[in-house]
Formats: sequence, structure tokens, C-alpha cells
Amino acid sequence: MTDTDTQPRHRELGLTDHEYALILDGLGRTPTDVELAMLSLMWSEHCAYKHSKKLLRRLPTEGAHVLVGPGENAGAVDAGDGLAVAFKVESHNHPSAVEPFQGAATGVGGILRDIFAVGARPIAVLDSLRFGEPASSQRSRYLLEHAVAGIGHYGNSIGVPTVGGEIYFEQSYEQNCLVNAMAVGLAPHDRLTSAAAAGPGNLVLLFGARTGRDGIGGASVLASAELSGGTGGDGGDHAKRPTVQIGDPFAEKKLMECSLELLDRELLASLQDLGAAGLTSAASEMASKGGVGLDIDVSRVPLREADMEPFEIMVSESQERMLCVVEPRLLDQVTAVCERWEVQAAVIGEVTASRHFRILRGSELVGEIPVELLVDDCPLYDLAPERPTTTLYGGGDQRVATDADPATQLKALLASANIASRLPVYEQYDPVVQSRTVRRPGEADAAVLALPVLSASSGAGGEPIPGIAVAIDGNGRRVAVDPRAGAAEVVYECAANLACVGAEPLGLTNCLNFGNPEKPHVAWQLVEAVEGLAQACRDLDVPVVGGNVSLYNESPEGPILPTPVIGMVGRLPDVRHAGRLGFANPGDRIALVGDFNPRRDGSEIAKLHGSAPAGALPGKDVVALRSAHQRVREGVRTRAFTSAHDIAEGGLLVALAECCIAGGVGAIVTLPDGLDPFGEDLGTAFIVSGPTEALAGLRVIGAVGGRELNVEGLLKLPVSELSAIHGDGLAALVS
Amino acid sequence: MKFGVIRFPGTCDDVDALLAAQRVGEAEILWHRDRDLKGVDAVVIPGGFSYGDYLRTGAIARFAPVMESVIEFAHAGGLVLGICNGFQILCEAGLLPGALLINDNLRFVFRQVLLDVADHDTPFTRNCPPTLSIPVKHTTGRYYAPEPVQVVLRYAPGQNPNGSQDDIAGVVNNAGNVFGLMPHPEHAVDALTGSDDGLTIFESIRAAVSERVPVA
Amino acid sequence: MRARVLIRPKAGILDPQGQAVERALPALGFSGVSGVHIGRLVELDVEDPSQLPAMCERLLANPLIEDYEIIESL
Repeated sequence: MTDTDTQPRHRELGLTDHEYALILDGLGRTPTDVELAMLSLMWSEHCAYKHSKKLLRRLPTEGAHVLVGPGENAGAVDAGDGLAVAFKVESHNHPSAVEPFQGAATGVGGILRDIFAVGARPIAVLDSLRFGEPASSQRSRYLLEHAVAGIGHYGNSIGVPTVGGEIYFEQSYEQNCLVNAMAVGLAPHDRLTSAAAAGPGNLVLLFGARTGRDGIGGASVLASAELSGGTGGDGGDHAKRPTVQIGDPFAEKKLMECSLELLDRELLASLQDLGAAGLTSAASEMASKGGVGLDIDVSRVPLREADMEPFEIMVSESQERMLCVVEPRLLDQVTAVCERWEVQAAVIGEVTASRHFRILRGSELVGEIPVELLVDDCPLYDLAPERPTTTLYGGGDQRVATDADPATQLKALLASANIASRLPVYEQYDPVVQSRTVRRPGEADAAVLALPVLSASSGAGGEPIPGIAVAIDGNGRRVAVDPRAGAAEVVYECAANLACVGAEPLGLTNCLNFGNPEKPHVAWQLVEAVEGLAQACRDLDVPVVGGNVSLYNESPEGPILPTPVIGMVGRLPDVRHAGRLGFANPGDRIALVGDFNPRRDGSEIAKLHGSAPAGALPGKDVVALRSAHQRVREGVRTRAFTSAHDIAEGGLLVALAECCIAGGVGAIVTLPDGLDPFGEDLGTAFIVSGPTEALAGLRVIGAVGGRELNVEGLLKLPVSELSAIHGDGLAALVS
Repeated sequence: MKFGVIRFPGTCDDVDALLAAQRVGEAEILWHRDRDLKGVDAVVIPGGFSYGDYLRTGAIARFAPVMESVIEFAHAGGLVLGICNGFQILCEAGLLPGALLINDNLRFVFRQVLLDVADHDTPFTRNCPPTLSIPVKHTTGRYYAPEPVQVVLRYAPGQNPNGSQDDIAGVVNNAGNVFGLMPHPEHAVDALTGSDDGLTIFESIRAAVSERVPVA
Repeated sequence: MRARVLIRPKAGILDPQGQAVERALPALGFSGVSGVHIGRLVELDVEDPSQLPAMCERLLANPLIEDYEIIESL
């Protein structure tokens, strides 16, 4: 530990001497306490994206369907019929490492507020989780159990279905678990709302929970610091516990209904949620977007604890709060709506023309900062990327011999924590509330939601029922092998997931989870991964409409695997024809669709063999890839295919086994000559089944039927045995 | 006929219950602070977390203004269907015997379960087939009653998701007009979502109402 | 007056929370533990403590499944 008493205060708050000099210059004087607290948070990595902002400009953000691009609380795409789909993924990694239940719960709460802040009703939650190896790490099992419980607690209680997600376990996440939550919302186009404050003289209203000392400094301490060593909640983690925020889904439920009713009645000039850096960030972003100033009187903020200092009120991260701008003539109506939902509301300030953010305590001025200085003037840093000369990540224990017979290898894969059935996890989430869910977890490669709620009149007279499909994906091992190709693969795989239900992509959101970007090799991973994402987005014509960056995910053992997580939303014309994963009809033929060039580098079988994630990923023929996606999409939409499943982690045999397990039926298959049964080439190829005529022109490799998976010359295993192994793999670790 | 679907601030499945009821009749939302039941023929108390349920599930909701009217309505013979949180509230309100306890594995569980209809001679199950495929989703669903009760639904053998006494999934009161169940029939009303077996419960209610003299 | 109400699962009712803790303690090396039960603690300021039993019967506890114990004057 360094002696912090001797440090200048700006350094304690995470500002460099250079940044502090810029602040002195911008203010023309020494900042007051409240000003320094506000500036240090707004200039933190978490709020200012100072190490990633320049890089993110390389991502394509425009497209035919984009209604709202990056910059607002959530991006939005046009889903047709006058409906907008707003969505965003966000990390809550560090809070979850400190207290997994509350960290994950408030992660869900925060992303939901982002969605209803833009005027959309949340209709789905998905999550992407990473932990250390569960078999050997009690801490990882603890984090998994409590993070899952926290996600369920919040989503289940607030009445938003959790429809999908993914979980992977790797040693590099042992000290830095990842908890990324994505939310999807729906709104008529004209209800999409901006956070831009407008109209000097208008009132600033804070509504929702009271403000307490939750997460004071949370954004800078929790979100930007490398976690110190120590395990199981002792050591370094312990001291951070007081800054943990507690989630209250009941309060958020009322806040959500209240916010949506206020927007429905057109009572608000703008709306913004309070997240990291609390009132400081929310209010200054509103002022910045609107090109106005704000006066905020902290003495008018309803407090949970007496005697809070102005700086504490301004940076508190108490959950379940929203900020809005209201014309004075509408205040009574706004207050009445809040009262109906039993949501506390207080006018805490007003919009000014000054372009300054002024903090008052009653009549006393305690801070005044130009909005531009707070929001725009934080210096942006160039990265100094350098390709590492050695591999950064080791191999693990060997779980299965490289020369074991194919049946043994397949069983080892199906039982492995990364591939085994996720049922023990998704059984803890409500996927059906809101009456839209047509494909729930385990039924297909992407969740499918009907756009009009399902009612007696749905599909009347054979009318199609349009819907959206959503998927979330990431694969740190493969990105570690080749950040550019690996990040692109994540996009391709997400799109492949959508193709399997018959959906075409409308847009995507990303969360970039990386180590310390000030280290050259991590900077290289980041730069390469963003290039790969950008290329894949252009390949598939899918724009990025928003996202989030989580850096400094490091422990003394090194950085996490570079983990860009992609959430993708697509549209399908008729949910009645949505695809399914499992084989269903004995006699159906099975075809391999796509230009599949599997390799073992960075694959799950390589991991089970104890190999480090290194080598090279397969090159992609993008024209062939697009055409395979298109072929699967059409086959599903026309109901030509009985089932569709992309060949993902574990390779072809795992994909076949998954189709058998999901359908409870066997298959007889002959693999194409020389094709590696366990190699991977993510996002390029599919297993489909259907009647012979439906598969005309495709590479038929077998037929559905019997009670065994019978792969000519390789293995013959009862589906019941595969199913039991697959079902128990994760269940044995979480019970 | 007309269903009334109660909405507390923390109710989650109100829209689902409304849509399900509208497949067999008319339906409208009843706000928790209003005492007026608006002349409905049957009341549905849907799932969710009423007032947050932090003390005990349903403990505070039973004192809501709307519940005073529901209790009167039930005592006058009106049909009341409590689903999940609604079941918990009806038990707390004393309209149904017993109580719901935390699941034996302490976890929230979502699962499509098979139910055996143990009693077809109720206004809620007269149109039901012998077994139903309906999802459960709850943390506090382990039914317990110290005295014998009128069991209407049981989890099929091997399907009990919460450790409830005698596999009980749903019960009626002695008068037969108040029904509580943990599974969610409103989430099984459309084959597109996996099952429409739950619709038979709403159809049963409609059939029963059509034969009854309206409650004053 | 400050009062404290302890609410416990009634004897004989399955208490999976208590059982989970009872199973977990030996795993951490604490032996010889039995009879673990988990309930709730309610602390409140009341002007008329004679109303406490009624509060417990009607709201704070469910007498069907829970016992309560009132500790007055903290």
C-alpha cells in the first residue's frame, strides 16, 4: 500500500497531474470539493472512455434500420410496423466481483433504466457471464451461484423475461468475473425520447428512490481500479464492500411504470437515468446534449441519510432514480402520475441558458463548472499497441487424452462446463412473462419474441406475426488466439444464431471487456478486436448502435482473455415459422450448410487437451458465409427445414449431439472425408434437418432416426447417455 | 362475461392474465387502490410481487383496498382465481387454507410441469383434460397446510418443483369458489408458446359463470 | 419504545434455509452444529407495546407457519 496521506487529492481521486492541470486551466482556479469529486468521476475511464473513445469511432454506426445510434442511453433500430427496438449491453464486472448477487442485480437494474430512459418498455433481458474454472475454484462456483441468483432476482421480480445468455469458464476470469447484462425494449417510433435537456426555465425533477451514501466513489473506485489479490471476499475486496449498491426491483418496477406513463402522456421534455456517477453524470449529460446549463440545489434532493455532504449527494450511486426535465405548467400532472405509482419526486433545479452546471446548497453556491469542461474536455488517449511476442495465457489441466477415442472425447466435451446444458442456470429465470416469448432458452439458438403480444387475434386469418430474435455471444479463447479474427467470429456467430430461427440482423450492441489498455499487449488486443468487429459489421451490413467498455480487468496473474461480447437483434417476418434446434422427424435428412473449415486452435477440445489458446483461426470466405446464413434463414422461414443449429463450440459432433439431445431422437451420419469432428470454425456452418426435397442442393450427411447418435466409423452412443452427460455437466457444479 | 384482473404496483403477470382472459371473455384491470370491482363476474389475482413482498409474500397485499372488495365478493360466492402471488395473497387473506413457503432448494424455479387434475368438479377445472402442461415460476411455492384441504391440482409424479406437501399445486376453499394455484395457466394459452392447456381453466370459469346467477 | 420481534419457522415445518446453513458449517470445519433455524428480526419504535401481539398476529408473522417472540424495551 502506498501512503495515500501524502498524495495530492486529485491523484487519490484518480486524476493524473496533467489532467489536473487541465482542470485548473479550464476553471481558472482551484476546484472546490464538490467540483473535484464531480470532475474526477466525469473524467474517469468509466464515464469518459478516455482510452477507447478514439478507437470506437472505427465501428460502423449507420445503416438502413438505425433510428438512434451510439450516444443516447440506448441505441434503437426500426423493427417495422412503426415499432422501434431499443437495446444495449453493459458491464457490471467489478461490482459483481465484490458482491455478486447485488452486483449482478444492479447490473440488470441499470441496463433496464437505460432502456426505459429512451422511452421503450423493456421486453427482454439477456446476460453474458464469465467465471474461473468451477471444478477447481470454490470462489467461481460462489460467484456463479450468486450472480445468477441476482440476475434472476431483479428480472423475475420486475416482470421482464430473461430470454437468453451465455456462460463460459476460464482460469483468467478467476479474479475478474464478467457480468454483462443486455436489455431490449420496444416503443412506437414517436415515443423514443432523448436525454437532451431543453428550455431554460424548465424544471429538473429527480424521481424514484431517495439518495443515500451508496457507491460513493463507486464509479472511480469500483469501475476503474485493478482488483487486488485475495480470494473469497477477504483482503482487498473487503474494504470495498461499503460502496456496493443495493438493488430494489420493486422500486424499479414502479419507477419504470411511472416513467413510461409520463412519456405516454407526453409530460416530459427529456428523461435520463442515474447510473455511474449518479446525479453528476446524469445531469451533465443532459445539459451537454441540450447545449444548456443547469442549476441543481442539493438541499432539495430527498435523502435517505441526514447530513450528506454536497459532493456525496452529487456522486451517490443510489439505485432506482431518474431525472427529467418538465415544463412548469405540466408539473402538477407529473407529480400526480408519480403519486399514483407511489414514486417520490422532487424539483431539484432548473434549466438555464448559462451552459454552466451550478451546484447550490440552498442559496449558497458550492460549485460551478462549465458543462463542456465536465463532459467534453477530458483528454482522450491514444493507445500504444504492441503485438506480444509470447502467448499471454497458459494451458490448463489436460481433461482428456489427445489420443482418446472419439466417443470419449465427445463425452468429455458434452460434460465440460463450457458446453454442458445451461438448464440449471436458465431454470432460475422467468423467460415467458409479457406473453411474447415464442422460443425460450434451450429451444433454439436465439430467443424469439413476438412484436405484438400474443393474444386471441394473433395470426387471425393466417396473418403473419412479426417478431424479433435476440442473441448474445462472446468467446475469449478464440479472441486470445487472434483478436481480429476472433472478434469477427463473435459477430458471425451471433448472426448465425439469428439465421437458425429465421431472422436477419438489424443491429448490434457490444461490450468490450479487456485488461489494462495502458499495457501495450492489451492495447493491441483492443485495437485488433475493434478492427475485427468493424470488419464483420461491414461484412454482414450490421451497424453498431451502442455499447460499453470495461477495461482494467486484470489481476496479478495477468489480464482476462480479451472478451468482446456482442448482443444482436434481428427481425423475422413470422414467429409461427421460427426455427428450432432439435431434430424432430425420423426419416428427415441431415445436411451440413456452409463453407466449414474447422481448426483446433482455440477450440474447446484444445482446452480439454490442456493446450493454451494460441495458433491461428480459420480464414473466412465472407461471400460463402453470407450465402450460408441466407440459405438457412430461407429454409427456416419457408418451413422447409425441421431444425437448424449453428456449428459452434466443440465442433461438428457436439452440434450433432445437441440436435439429438434437444429432439430426443438419434441420427446416422457419415462425416465428409477429412473433416475434423472436433475442430471449430464459428459462425460459418450449420446442421439442418428436413425432408429430402427440402435439402436439395445441400451437402446431405445423414438422416434422423433411432435412439443413437451413430457416426460412421467414429462412434455410436445412445442419445439417453449423451443427454444425461450433457445435463449433468453444469448441474453437478452448481448444486 | 367479464374478468377483473387486479394490478398491484409490483404485479408482473397482469397483462398476461388480461390477454388470457380476453381469449374467453371480456377483461379489465382493477387498480389496487380502488374498491370498485366494476361489476366483474370473476376476479383474477395474477402473479408478481404485489408490494415488493419483502416481509412475506402477499402479507401486505391482503390489506389493499381492492382486497377488501375481493374478500366481500368471495364471501358472496364470486369466483376468484389466484395465480402464484395471487395464491399467496389468498392464503394470507384467509380465503384459502394453508400457506406458501420458500422452495425446498431455496431457488427461483421456472419449469414447464405436468399437472394432474385431481378434481374436475370445480368451476375452475370442469373443462380441463386429465393432465395439463403449464409452467411454474416462483421462489415461494411450497404449499403447506396443517389440516386436510380440497386439492384441485397436483404435480404429476416426479414433477414437483418445490417440495410442496402431497405434490399439491392448487386448492379450492370449502365453498368451491376460490381457487389458488402456483402454476401459471395464463402462460399456457397459445400453442406458439409451447402449450394452450391453461386456457381450459379460463374456459371453465366462463362456462361456470354462464350457468350462475350473477353475484349481487 | 424500541421493541424487537423475533420470527421463526414453527417447529416441525421444513426450514430449508436452516438446513442449508447446517450443511454448510461442517464443510467449513465447524463441527457439532445442529438445530439451525433461520427467521426474521423486526425492530420498531412503538408508542403502545400492548399492540405488539396483534401486529404480529395480523402482519409481522403468519401464525400458521411462524412463531414470534416479542422483546420489549431494548
